[in-house]
Order: sequence, then C-alpha cells, then structure tokens
Amino acid sequence: MGVGITVEHLNAFYGKTQALFDINLTVQANHATALIGPSGCGKSTFIRCLNRMHETIPEARVEGKVRIGELSVYNGTSATQLRRRVGMVFQKPNPFPTMSIYDNVAAGLKLNGFRKRKQLDEVVEKSLRSSALFDEVKDSLHKKSGASLSGGQQQRLCIARALAVQPEVLLMDEPCSALDPISTGKIEELIFQLKEQYTIVIVTHNMQQAARVAEFTGFFLLGKLVEFDKTEKVFTNPSDKRTEDYVTGRFG
Amino acid sequence: MADTNSNLGAPVVPPISWRRRATDNLMTGLSILTVVIVLAPLFAIFAYLVYKGIGSINLAFLTQTPKPVGEVGGGMANAIAGTALILGIASLLGVPFGIGAGVFLSEYGRNRFGDAVRFVSDVLNGVPSIVIGIVAYGLVVVRQKHFSALAGGVALAIMMIPTIARTTEQMLLLVPQAIREAAYGLGVSRWRTTLSITLRTATSGIITGVMLAFARVAGETAPLLFTAFGNQFWNWKLNQPTAALSLQIYTYALSPFDDWHRQAWAGSLVLIVLIVSAVAAVRIVVRRGKLAGA
Repeated sequence: MGVGITVEHLNAFYGKTQALFDINLTVQANHATALIGPSGCGKSTFIRCLNRMHETIPEARVEGKVRIGELSVYNGTSATQLRRRVGMVFQKPNPFPTMSIYDNVAAGLKLNGFRKRKQLDEVVEKSLRSSALFDEVKDSLHKKSGASLSGGQQQRLCIARALAVQPEVLLMDEPCSALDPISTGKIEELIFQLKEQYTIVIVTHNMQQAARVAEFTGFFLLGKLVEFDKTEKVFTNPSDKRTEDYVTGRFG
Repeated sequence: MADTNSNLGAPVVPPISWRRRATDNLMTGLSILTVVIVLAPLFAIFAYLVYKGIGSINLAFLTQTPKPVGEVGGGMANAIAGTALILGIASLLGVPFGIGAGVFLSEYGRNRFGDAVRFVSDVLNGVPSIVIGIVAYGLVVVRQKHFSALAGGVALAIMMIPTIARTTEQMLLLVPQAIREAAYGLGVSRWRTTLSITLRTATSGIITGVMLAFARVAGETAPLLFTAFGNQFWNWKLNQPTAALSLQIYTYALSPFDDWHRQAWAGSLVLIVLIVSAVAAVRIVVRRGKLAGA
C-alpha cells in the first residue's frame, strides 16, 4: 500500500545557488500528484529530494523535513534503505545495457542480496505484467538486453524494475518526455492502475497529462511552490494569478 | 525545384561544386593512405618474422630446453613456459591494482588527490622500462637474494598498472550518470553500484585496456634482465631464475652462432603468435557472453 508524504520547510541548494525555497506540501497516499512548472523551476530537484537523489550531486544539499509514511527521510534513515521504499522512474529510459530484460527487473532485489530463484521469477513476471510489458517480452526475457527494446518499452521496463522492489511511493520525473503519444498513452493508463497500490508523484511538462492522471497538482515557479490544490481547481479556478497565466499559456 | 524552395522561403542550396568533390575525394584518399602507412610496418614485420622463423619451428623447438653451447638443436620450451608464468604473475598483480586505481580515479577521484594520482600514473607510464626493472630488482631480488619469476612479474605488473588505471578511468567515465542513478534509485548502495553496474557496463572497454597493457609488457626484455634473469632449464618455482622468450631472443640474437640466430627468429615468431592468440582468445570469450542488442 502507498503512504503519504509530508514536506516541511524544504530548501535545496546546488553549491551556493538555492534551487528550492521553503516548500511545504502534503501528498495523499494512493493518489497521483502532478508537479508542473516551466523548465528550471525546481520540480525535478524537488522530486529528487524525496528519495535523497539530490545529494548524489557534488556540493548539493538539503534543509528541512520530509516524512514518507512514518519514515523521517533526512533524520536517521539511510539513503539506500529509503530508496528501496521510494521507487523512481527517470526522464530518459535508463535500463542497464549489459543486463537481460529479466536481470533488469530483478536487479533491485538481486543486488540487495535476494537470490531465491523461484520467488524472483514470480516478482519479475508480476512486475512486467503491472507495467504492461510482459506479453511483449515474455519470449526473450533472458535472451535480449534491456537496451534492445524500443524507447516506450524501455520506459515500461524501468517502471517494472522500480515496482519489483515493492516500493510504497513511485516518483516519476517526466516519464513520457522521450516517448511518442501511443507509448505515453500506455504509461498514463498504467499510472491509473498503479495508484491503487502506490502513491505517485509525477513531474510533467505536459499540462494535459497532469489534468488526465493526477488528483492533485502543484505549480512551481522559480524554486517556489506557488500553488498546490486539487487538479481541477488548479486548472479551472486557480487562486494565484501566476498559476492562471501559466495554465492558460500566457507565459512559460 | 529551385522555385519551390524560394516559394517556401528556404535558402536555395547551390549544387556541389567540383572543388568540394575534389576536396572530399582527396581527404578520403589521404585517410586511407595513413591507414596503409600505419599498417604496413606491422605486416612487414610479421611477414619477415614468418619468413625467417618458420623454418626453425619444429617439435623440438616447442618441447625441448636449450642445448649447451656448440650443440645444434634444442628449443625454447622452458622460455615459452617462463613467459607464460611471468605474464601470469604480472596480470595477477597488475590487473586488480590497475582496475582498482581506475575505479578510484573515476568514482572518487574528482579532487586534488585524484589529480595527483593521475599525474603520477602518467609519469609512471613514461618511465623507461629498464628503470622499472631496477625498481623490481631493489624491491624483490635484493630481499630474496635471488633472481626470480616473481621479480620479473612484479616489474611487468608495475608497467601494466598505469595503462590499465587510465583506460579503466576513461571507460568508467563513459558510463552515463543515468545508469548509476538507476541503481541508486533501486536502493543499491554505492559500492554495489560501482561493482555490479558501472564496472559491468564498462567491461568491454576495460578489457581492451587490459589487453593493451598485457600485449605491451609481453615482449619486454629490459625489465626482465636483472629480475627474471633467464634460465637454461625448466623452472616452475616463483623464487628461482626463470627463462623468458624475450630474454632468450635477446641472448641468442647477440650470440655468434648461426643456429642461435635462427632460433631467435623462431622465438620472436612464437612470441608474437602467442600474444595475438591470447588477445584474440579473450576477445572471443568476452563476445560470447554478450546479449542480443547489448
């Protein structure tokens, strides 16, 4: 089951440059939350703070509180422990090129020391089914490299890989930006099904996509969270003028 | 056609002039020429070695030890084995240290200490091989009070390390950050990611570096002169003087005997064939493990 996320007074920096300013928000469990905003506004930085990926960049640092379920992200939890519960799908599909399709999906479990063959088989099949890829690859699970798939298939492979470690939260950083409309459609359908089991936070440049998949939407501008509300309200009756300008296409 | 273009507002592309065609052909010709010039010496050397050496290669050459001075016949079997032994020791020591240093430089070496290691490694790469031999002499031979296969292996290992370290570093840096992030995102720790993801992704490039280093030291003579020293008899002990093909070739080529000269040619041919087959064998084994589309 998914868990909720609470963020309090979050500030993020790259060296001396501040990228996020005092972000406060609550993400509902088992719902999809979309983050929109122009390029460079901090959406990706924000999502990377949720699974402590931000700090893998040299000189990057974070201040503030993030809670995922009962877990305090920046206080007493190791980054690797946390990331097993908070899966991530990246902007560009990034399967492990030297691994077979099967090994790509099993990677999270195998590399963390899980080796029971039969259970691995089950998890791999289940994850590939959840990401709607199983039927397309079932005959070449061990034969083909993850990099040999098409872009859309690769992204679904990456989703399967993230699901295989059975996270509670799934972070998606513009998962469809490198995909054609058909693959995008498949992934959006997938997000709809996945919300039943996971809490989803999705960064997107595509406002229609935000409107289609998410119950809640946050609008970022220049490192600040300008507005956070029900998706319907953000798109039809935003309370901030800047949000209205952005969603109606007057700037950005 | 040109009209349609101007109607669309696009600039009209002029036809390719004879000058541009001529330049194109000239440059293609020049690059082919340079390839020929680079490859010609290699083939010339190999052809000449085959011409001079093939006649002296027979069963005795490959299975017997050298005959005493003045007797015709005998072979270099002990030197072939010695070269294999010394190269084995060198690889066993040089490959792990070289790859380890390369991993450090690429994954943890973005700082001044890393820059220092890079600089030292490049200097080490330029140190004359005879000097490396003296170092191994001081490190191993003086302590053991013996010339030995181990000392020869240590000398060659020192020569392998900088090449392997720098190519490993370059190959690891070519692995996209996104691949590492994918592993971090699954809750895989940093050292696990380096070991199972980054290194594995860069394997084929790293193996190229290892083979380059291996091929380079396989024919080295100078660092073995006062480390492995050479031996007229069989030796499998690590702490005893050991024959090596390159040493045997050196001794025989400088000798006044025609039969030894012939054997030196044969030895050179065997050495080159062994190096080429070792490199080819590794390549084949690596390729076999590859997946479709990888």
